Amino acid sequence: MSERPVVRGLLVAHGTFAEGMADAVARIAGLEPGALSTLSNTGLSPEALAREIAAVLDDGPWIVFTDMPVGSCAFTARRLCHGRRDVAVVTGVNLPMLLDFVVNRSMPLRELTSRLVEKGHQAILCSPDAEKGTEDAGRAVPRG
Amino acid sequence: MPVVLYRVDERLIHGQVVVGWGAVLHPTRIIVVDEELAASPWEQELYVMGLPAEIHTIFATVAEARARIEDWRASPERSILLTRDIATMLRLAEGHTLAGEEINIGGIHHAPGRHAVLPYVFLSPVETGELRRLAEQDVRVGARDLPASRRFSLEHLVGGRR
Repeated sequence: MSERPVVRGLLVAHGTFAEGMADAVARIAGLEPGALSTLSNTGLSPEALAREIAAVLDDGPWIVFTDMPVGSCAFTARRLCHGRRDVAVVTGVNLPMLLDFVVNRSMPLRELTSRLVEKGHQAILCSPDAEKGTEDAGRAVPRG
Repeated sequence: MPVVLYRVDERLIHGQVVVGWGAVLHPTRIIVVDEELAASPWEQELYVMGLPAEIHTIFATVAEARARIEDWRASPERSILLTRDIATMLRLAEGHTLAGEEINIGGIHHAPGRHAVLPYVFLSPVETGELRRLAEQDVRVGARDLPASRRFSLEHLVGGRR
């Protein structure tokens, strides 16, 4: 029985966002070579960005992370990966999501993407709690 | 409310349009005039994923857009109208359809045969000619990537080759 390949990540974003996020991940959790590639859309037409993404995405599994859910990075990634079962596109990336990714890359692709979306959501907190309007905010798990 | 922004941008619906211009113009509708996209429902879905719920979209061919432009301009909706290239905007504007309007050149990137005019505008000789013909349709033509950025005139764009 062959071993399942680990998931690799490609972070596509505006400006130097991707490079900065990858740098932060490396400083916090460490980065194995090839685990997380980065691309900036700066100065690239949609066609040129698609070529750059395609040049990175060999056989999967891959997760393409993008900064915004709408826009050239997300659209280009979704269009390029349309119909590929070995690639998933996750938008609205944040650092806790990426940190969880690099330590769980051996999980099956679909399970991992579900987990990452949840982790990304869980990391967004407000203190004081915007809904309660109290000082006991910032809790990922509400008090029982 | 008239169409609040006519913009030529290869990226069509993207961050600068939705966030940068959206925060100033408060659009309720984005109209994309593009032959390919108008015939491709699955790509349309990809474009609208993640758009704010208060903004709805229309994808139209040039012919459809020319037939509906007066309705769009008279509608209470606040529309942003996008094309991915100058040629499409020119086809829409022919016959002075957009007379009196400002056409914003927002993003045409580097490609073979194009020269740099601005960091976000690269033009081929054909496209430079299209810009001149666009201006002949009684529209103002200017380049500006974001609302707070400096506006560059048609003269700068067509005479910008170094």
